[in-house]
Amino acid sequence: MDIYLPIANLSVNGLVIVLLGGLVGILSGMFGVGGGFLTTPLLIFYGIPPTVAAASASTQVTGASVSGMIAHLRRKGVDFQMGGVLVVGGAIGTGVGALIFQQLQRWGQTDTVISIIYVVMLTSIGGLMAKESITAVRATRAGTPLPARKRRHHPLVANLPYRWRFYRSGLYISPLAPLILGILTGVLTMLLGVGGGFIMVPAMLYLLGMGAQVVVGTSLFQIVFVTIASTMMHSMTTQAVDVVLAALLLVGSVTGAQLGAKFAQRLRPEYLRLMLAGIVLLIAFWMALGLGFQPDEIYTVQQL
Amino acid sequence: MTVPLWRIAAIFGLLAVSAASPVLVPDVSQDRVQIRGDFTGAELLLFGAISYPPNTPDRDTADIVIVLKGPDSSIVVREKQRVAGIWVNADSSEFRSAPGFFAVASTRPIDNVVDPKTADIYELGINHLQLSPASAIDSGELKRFEAGLVDLNERSRRYISLPGAVTITDDLLYKARIALPASVPVGTYTAETFLVIKKRVVAAETKKIIIEKIGMGRFITNMAKDHGFIYGLLAVALSVGLGWAAGTLFRRI
Repeated sequence: MDIYLPIANLSVNGLVIVLLGGLVGILSGMFGVGGGFLTTPLLIFYGIPPTVAAASASTQVTGASVSGMIAHLRRKGVDFQMGGVLVVGGAIGTGVGALIFQQLQRWGQTDTVISIIYVVMLTSIGGLMAKESITAVRATRAGTPLPARKRRHHPLVANLPYRWRFYRSGLYISPLAPLILGILTGVLTMLLGVGGGFIMVPAMLYLLGMGAQVVVGTSLFQIVFVTIASTMMHSMTTQAVDVVLAALLLVGSVTGAQLGAKFAQRLRPEYLRLMLAGIVLLIAFWMALGLGFQPDEIYTVQQL
Repeated sequence: MTVPLWRIAAIFGLLAVSAASPVLVPDVSQDRVQIRGDFTGAELLLFGAISYPPNTPDRDTADIVIVLKGPDSSIVVREKQRVAGIWVNADSSEFRSAPGFFAVASTRPIDNVVDPKTADIYELGINHLQLSPASAIDSGELKRFEAGLVDLNERSRRYISLPGAVTITDDLLYKARIALPASVPVGTYTAETFLVIKKRVVAAETKKIIIEKIGMGRFITNMAKDHGFIYGLLAVALSVGLGWAAGTLFRRI
């Protein structure tokens, strides 16, 4: 099933793209992340130009996150107040990200910078998650459950002025903390085409100290809005959103996300986190190798 | 009205020349290539007739060269180098005009058909493309970037060299097939046909070919280019809609 992508200007096997979306969707449903961090590199690997891949992946993540957020809405797992602050930060972040993206394109360093950010982010987060989940798995095996971690936000967060009450998250902290977090993920969304869930979820748990029952839902809520902002920004600046590509990915990923959510219910959460850590580290390793090895193409062409 | 004598002489001279030199009558299988949703590439058949004046010598040694050239654009070619252990774009060179597509088909390898100087003048052959650098750089560096650009485009089938692809039948009819890849750039193409006898170009003709997106693809491209905001809204609506549909559908199952 060959389909011509009008923005990417090439033809792809539609079935492969749908399956790729499905695979990412299953993972995103299982782990509560948008899955953009997988889509973008896989699309680039398939031969889609990096800018088109990042822009279209952000459109796809919107759909996958809406699909996931609906499930969490029903369980009242979304803190709208916290989500709102994150969204405002995210909107600022995508604007900043768009400026950075244009500057990087002018310097011709887009792909290197994207790869380096990926490697650094994925390695550190994958490493943290692996360490935490291995400890948890060991404790379960030994039959001695870990003492419940005392929920506390990071001292840096506690020092920020103007405190607000976030009832659903059970927090009394400055809104500046989630605002800054929102800005950072917004920049990443714009640069990498990722929702930032894989950064947001650990940050909400360990930096803000939010209640676990609202973390994934609120993260998805913010991802929906930030990826929408990112799609709009890309449409108006880089003009690299390929709706045909996004639609193919979406068909696979929204279905996959629901399947993934069902699988997740049958697995223990610490094993799930260990698996995700493994996948994240594997991609980081692969991209790090890519930076060090001589690339297939020494020369690249950009239209002026 | 008096016409200067020299002008009459010139007209007669021209007629005499044109009567003595061969004429090419080229055509193409389609002068419009349309890119639809299921486009995976196309094949162009370029053919035509050679009309020789009587008693033209050496017509059995005639060669045909066909140059199919896509729209020019200014580009920047970047070169990766290893810096501190990782590969980054370290050097770049701008070209004011480089064709997005360039195919050369000939009866024999170009080196046997014309001498390098003639090949440079008519851009016969990928190695004889005249790329104009936007800034003055030394010729060694220019060659390196040109070679990089040509190599990249050759492997993506955008620059194609087809020695032996043109066949001449009975010293009269010629034809060649050129495959267009799925990633062929859209725009107005020129197909130039050259008749070469004894290393001299004795006739040349040009045909125009238009490659365009039609239907959905055209609509999407124009929309993305001219109405970025609305296009973005549509993309968002599509993804939210599909996500919502899946979310509610699966709840019922």
